[in-house]
Amino acid sequence: MPPLKHLRGLLLLPATLLAGCGTVLLNAPGDIAAQQGRLIVVSTVLMLLIIVPVIALTIFFAWRYRQSNTQATYTPEWNHSTQLELLIWAAPLLIIIALGAVTWISTHTLDPYRPLRRLDAARPVMPGTKPLVVEVIALDWKWLFIYPEQGIATVNELVAPVDVPIQFKITASTVMNSFYIPALAGQIYAMPGMQTQLHAVMNQPGEYEGFSANYSGAGFSGMRFKFRGVGIVDFDQWVAATKAGTQTLDRAGYLQIEKPSQRDAVRRYANVEPELFQAVVNRCVGAGAVCMNQAMHAPAAHPEPAQK
Amino acid sequence: MNTSSDLQGLIFGRLTWDAIPFHEPILLATFIAVGLGGIALLAAMTYFRVWGTFWRDWVTSIDHKKIGIMYIVLGLVMLLRGFSDAIMMRAQQAFAFGGSEGFLPPHHYDQIFTAHGVIMIFFVAMPLVTGLMNFVVPLQIGARDVSFPFLNNFSFWMTAFGAGLVMMSLFVGEFARTGWLAYPPLSGIAFSPDVGVDYYIWSLQIAGVGTLLSGVNLIATIVKMRAPGMTLMKMPVFTWTALCTNVLIVAAFPVLTAVLALLSLDRYAGTNFFTNDLGGNAMMYVNLIWIWGHPEVYILILPAFGIFSEVVSTFCSKRLFGYASMVYATVVITILSYLVWLHHFFTMGSGASVNSFFGITTMIISIPTGAKIFNWLFTMYRGRIRFELPMMWTIGFMITFVIGGMTGVLLAVPPADFVLHNSLFLIAHFHNVIIGGVLFGLLAGITYWFPKAFGYKLDPFWGKCSFWFWIVGFWVAFTPLYVLGLMGVTRRMSRFEDPSLQIWFQIAAVGAVLIALGIACFLIQLVVSYIRRESLRDTSGDPWDGRTLEWSTASPPPAYNFAFTPRVHDNDAWADMKKHGYVRPTGGFIAIHMPKNTGAGFIIAALSAVCGFALIWHMWLVAGAAFAALLLTIIVHTFNYKRDFHIPADDVVRVEGARTRLLAGHV
Repeated sequence: MPPLKHLRGLLLLPATLLAGCGTVLLNAPGDIAAQQGRLIVVSTVLMLLIIVPVIALTIFFAWRYRQSNTQATYTPEWNHSTQLELLIWAAPLLIIIALGAVTWISTHTLDPYRPLRRLDAARPVMPGTKPLVVEVIALDWKWLFIYPEQGIATVNELVAPVDVPIQFKITASTVMNSFYIPALAGQIYAMPGMQTQLHAVMNQPGEYEGFSANYSGAGFSGMRFKFRGVGIVDFDQWVAATKAGTQTLDRAGYLQIEKPSQRDAVRRYANVEPELFQAVVNRCVGAGAVCMNQAMHAPAAHPEPAQK
Repeated sequence: MNTSSDLQGLIFGRLTWDAIPFHEPILLATFIAVGLGGIALLAAMTYFRVWGTFWRDWVTSIDHKKIGIMYIVLGLVMLLRGFSDAIMMRAQQAFAFGGSEGFLPPHHYDQIFTAHGVIMIFFVAMPLVTGLMNFVVPLQIGARDVSFPFLNNFSFWMTAFGAGLVMMSLFVGEFARTGWLAYPPLSGIAFSPDVGVDYYIWSLQIAGVGTLLSGVNLIATIVKMRAPGMTLMKMPVFTWTALCTNVLIVAAFPVLTAVLALLSLDRYAGTNFFTNDLGGNAMMYVNLIWIWGHPEVYILILPAFGIFSEVVSTFCSKRLFGYASMVYATVVITILSYLVWLHHFFTMGSGASVNSFFGITTMIISIPTGAKIFNWLFTMYRGRIRFELPMMWTIGFMITFVIGGMTGVLLAVPPADFVLHNSLFLIAHFHNVIIGGVLFGLLAGITYWFPKAFGYKLDPFWGKCSFWFWIVGFWVAFTPLYVLGLMGVTRRMSRFEDPSLQIWFQIAAVGAVLIALGIACFLIQLVVSYIRRESLRDTSGDPWDGRTLEWSTASPPPAYNFAFTPRVHDNDAWADMKKHGYVRPTGGFIAIHMPKNTGAGFIIAALSAVCGFALIWHMWLVAGAAFAALLLTIIVHTFNYKRDFHIPADDVVRVEGARTRLLAGHV
């Protein structure tokens, strides 16, 4: 069936054009971002099935039925056709049913809260694999990354091993931000007093851009960091080098770096106070502050009113 | 000493000389230019002695046609302000590379993108839409005015004074630096302690009262004042879309009022609705503002759809294809627009099922919208298309808008939105639908109904120049933003580090310049048309061979619109009348009962603006006095019993006689 084949080739043309753009979103080196990029292409092609004919028909009808073309049929009273009406409601409906199915499935498989099932199209995650946990805090206007299992922390630098699932736990100190590394995975809001999550994996070593994708005030434009994907051996060396440093991030230190500043240099901490992230989420880093999760139980701490 | 500063605080609040931006050369130059221009305008008005007519015929007018025109003038003036913000942003982003700060520090740049969004939505698109509905709807349904003419005048002035407050923030104090929806906690008192967010709140609250009341007014007008015979399913499509839009306004704007009131309480009274502590939750604000915000975009686009329906049927000289499905599509969009708001923040971390629900409801809206596009397409099919300017805007719209619709549905797929949210792709998408849909529609509508309002057509040459600059400019300005979005570039950045991106921003800036030329051509078109008005004059009242009732009366229509209320037998009422050899009555005129002008609306709105300004600057004494004066004016106005009068039969005979002679001369 050569004509059909020909048609199919035409339909793929815009897709290849888009994929050929070489932008980070459509050629992401991280598996999650790559799947999201592919979804953009698939959805676009699906919709072009109807968009292209509509544009073509608009131009064709505008030309065909121009006033000067008296050869064309003119039916000034014709305004209804049940078959056509069915077609014009059914055609978009079919596209949306297909796209709706794609949406339902992809939203669930690419749910940022769901632990990864695969490293890439060929490799599933082995059972028992422990993801690297990174706690992310959006500060005014810089990023603090805590590696609870390694006991280290960094400012404006994120290093992770390739082909290892990463679990991000995300919050913010003051205002809303959005944690986004386009090469790795889609973004998730960083919000004060709340914790969001993101699961992702990087498949190619390299240095990638990370930034806040939600405007957060004067220093927003400079709220950027480098995400470095490295081999597992390099990662262990980097952790060891960081641990060999002298700086410690305790609560007092956190309250210092929490103060607004712009375009901060990379900083590394050899030690981090455990539970710092939970204290930030529950807004109780400062001395004497009641943690939000405990405030809920606070009445129980008071003595019961005397029975009569 | 102490008492004098107390007194000063009581009267002037936190307003001091520091609030005037003497140190910002861009603002100072603008201020001087606006000041000189304003003085020149006032002097000219005095010289030509137009203050009397200005007050009597415009400011206090309750005539829906004049109020409609004033809304449109307001929208166009604010378009110039909103666009100068746009071109400053494009210039800043084209320059601020490689360590360069650009010419705008973040403090100024952040105000500009906030003001651009607020002004373009609330004070350009809304007044233009409301203005066209005000002007056209009563004429289309064969009514003599709206249901509540005084309320209409009051609504307009509330909108105008709201716009005035935003403009004032340019020269006294500053505007919000929060983005156009002012998300807390950033917009809370802790992180935005200055007056910017207060300007935002009070200008929107004051304008919001106007919008809401105008919504109530137009619903009552459409429901109660249609000409005999015009059943709901015989209403022109523009009136249908106006009805649905106003239903959306009445249902959505109270939510905006409430959420801004809660934010004001957080800022003024120290409550904690949206703060970080004491149980406050900013997510609640984001939900509430989008429960208003999403219907808002349909409030803007539905009337544009209505305009295209009128235009396409008129200029194809053909009945609209699928009238009933057009109406049902409009109603379905109206209802569905309340079920999609969460798609503005998929990235907030709702579960996959919630996200897919809102993603799919969003996609479903594209079905009725798609049906509408097909209906216009099949109206063109087997028509006789005249490529007058309104039809060119319509075809430009159909081609541009479907791309915007497609990228919109793409953004409704949650995992795709995770990578595209807040990116320049999103910016390109909503400009694609708002410029390519709403604005093209409004420009089509303005060109289409201009001869009805003023009795002469707009000059086609400059109109066509404007069209081509707009459409080419739009694509040159926003295609690079689509590409940048796919490169992962986010919005609201004032500086960039990656030099490879610069070329795209430079192309986008060229596009903005083309759009500027498009706006310039539109303004030239207005001036040229005014100068050439005698040769562009239309004496028939029906220059386009129109199909609906507004074309059955004179251009411009007499104050009473119709000497006799028309009777409707068909949904293209005027085309039907023409087909059946309708003969215009030339005798038997009687006196016509009409509402009377009043200055109360202007005064109440002006006092609201004073009250708002005083609240912004914490001038408690002034605010209290203005509020008391406002209440007093309202009470006094209720005792104004001189609200109506009769246009004597002799006047009607004279006006209609003049038209009879004109029509005789025309043929």
